[in-house]
Amino acid sequence: MYKYDQYDQAIVDARVDEFRDQVQRRLAGEITEDQFKPLRLMNGLYLQLHAYMLRVAIPYGTLDGRQMRMLGHIARKYDRGYGHFTTRQNLQYNWIKLNETPDILADLATVEMHAIQTSGNCIRNISSDQFAGAAADEVADPRPWAELIRQWSTFHPEFSYLPRKFKFAVIASDEDRAAMRLHDIGIQLIERDGVLGAKVFVGGGMGRTPMIGPEIKDFVTADDLMSYLEACLRVYNRYGRRDNMYKARIKILVHEIGADEYRRQVEEEFAQVKLLGIDPPAAELARITAMFADPAYDTATADAVDRANANFGVWLDQNVKEHKQPGYAIVNISLKPVGGIPGDASADQIDVMADLATQYSFDELRVTHAQNIVLPHVRKADLYAVWQKLVDAELASANLDLISDIIACPGLDYCSLANARSIPVAQKIATRFASPERQRDLGELKLKISGCINACGHHHAGHIGILGVDKKGVENYQLLLGGSGAEDVSLGKITGPGFSEDGVVDAIERVTDKYVAVREEGERFLDTYRRVGMEAFKEAIYG
Amino acid sequence: MKLLTGNDLPTGDVLWWTGAGWSRHVAEAADVGDDGAPIAAAEEAARRVNGAYVIDATGTANGPRPAHIKDRVRALGPTVRPDLTLKPDDASAIAQVI
Repeated sequence: MYKYDQYDQAIVDARVDEFRDQVQRRLAGEITEDQFKPLRLMNGLYLQLHAYMLRVAIPYGTLDGRQMRMLGHIARKYDRGYGHFTTRQNLQYNWIKLNETPDILADLATVEMHAIQTSGNCIRNISSDQFAGAAADEVADPRPWAELIRQWSTFHPEFSYLPRKFKFAVIASDEDRAAMRLHDIGIQLIERDGVLGAKVFVGGGMGRTPMIGPEIKDFVTADDLMSYLEACLRVYNRYGRRDNMYKARIKILVHEIGADEYRRQVEEEFAQVKLLGIDPPAAELARITAMFADPAYDTATADAVDRANANFGVWLDQNVKEHKQPGYAIVNISLKPVGGIPGDASADQIDVMADLATQYSFDELRVTHAQNIVLPHVRKADLYAVWQKLVDAELASANLDLISDIIACPGLDYCSLANARSIPVAQKIATRFASPERQRDLGELKLKISGCINACGHHHAGHIGILGVDKKGVENYQLLLGGSGAEDVSLGKITGPGFSEDGVVDAIERVTDKYVAVREEGERFLDTYRRVGMEAFKEAIYG
Repeated sequence: MKLLTGNDLPTGDVLWWTGAGWSRHVAEAADVGDDGAPIAAAEEAARRVNGAYVIDATGTANGPRPAHIKDRVRALGPTVRPDLTLKPDDASAIAQVI
């Protein structure tokens, strides 16, 4: 894992001091809310429905046990005993007090964490593959590049006031576990003729105008990548619209001028930027990369797992994934118990996961964009012990990628932007499909719920998506089918008229019943939908 | 009726204007009629409230009921965490929000 150097620590500490002074001035009336709001947002502090909300950055979703324990400590000391893991691989606290925020940021700084650039029109937390460094199918570890982009984008003077917020994802596998093409810039590391480089996709995103990012560069060498990204941002910063926030994202620019013209302008800019020498010296890249070296795997550990316990076997099949290292496995901890709140974890559960990481996973954890947690490097010989401890902590739901593994934004229960509640809908769906056998029979089915058009719950990318809207003051839910955030990326389509809270649960059951009735051998729900089309499902839904 | 609501500056708690000050309980909120804007301006200037705004509500036997669900959720707390609402022991409270 990356460890702060003196510069990292100094700028984070300085930011804490700066924000402490800004908070004091606000509380003393020396600055107005209009003056203060952009300052607190730059530090991830929002004012939501019930209280301030603090969004803590977890760079590319990677953290260690010490950092995870700090998240639990803050939940316990400053919040109400829990935190919410987000689709940006971050963590949000819902009950923060303004006057305590500087102390929280100071606590975070002691473990090399912060909330910088988790809001505002800047480059946000870099997201990545939660299996990075552990997956067998990656050409390189994407984390050193994600870290490099983090350093480049932190306080970048040119890109601190972009037309709109800006999100990166970096992956290094053909299997896309990070919704890469639904980011402003998506990067897939690839090799060509033995040379490491990247495909670059620009102009993807969800929100009110969902778009799949077109490929802008089929191969840029790793040596040129940072210059190329700088060029991409410069063209956006120059021509992205600032007159209309709804048309200010880079996806609108790329769509309006066309991918070819955007590409041409980036190439032109790149020719200039490359002369500036911003690509990292080999020694610096090597320094960063070395921090992501493989842990000291036990090469003598057994590869077999005793599956005598049936419940353990079910969890093993559903939540544990292949690791590149023989004798090891990737453990997915579902934060989606039936009837629970997707992504929420209590301080005690956070501590349990931290301790499991320390004891069993080389002290490392990952947060996934699906609001789950990963222990990336667990000996197969330890899987049963890990599972037992997860059971004790009510963290052993064996539902990864099944219908109850629902992504849901905080919705109208917490968020001031939301038009409808998301969490109760997720709870009702999970409860309706609570039978583990039924869930496994339905197979991979990614259900995603947003409480407003901003799409924090990724509803456009759900095999089944739900969008909560306000219909004359009453919550109403639109249903979408056919989306995917994976390598077979697609955007869901609205089925037709919306539903009440209970009505949408019934509608989903009609959709899954239809799927079960018409599916062919080996087809996932998404495969069946793509084969038979929307009309068959509309007929099932609306009669 | 019209209610004036906002958040406490240091804590972020939801506040309701009672006619003489601020309460955390919507049941104590007063009808501000057309006076919401000047009250909000004066109270914000004194830093007794943050982000104050006027909402529509109706009078009920239990006190004012905000017209929009968003403000009813604000008034009670998250419907998915009854233990964290202002009425953790009232099993009917969430149904009244919805």
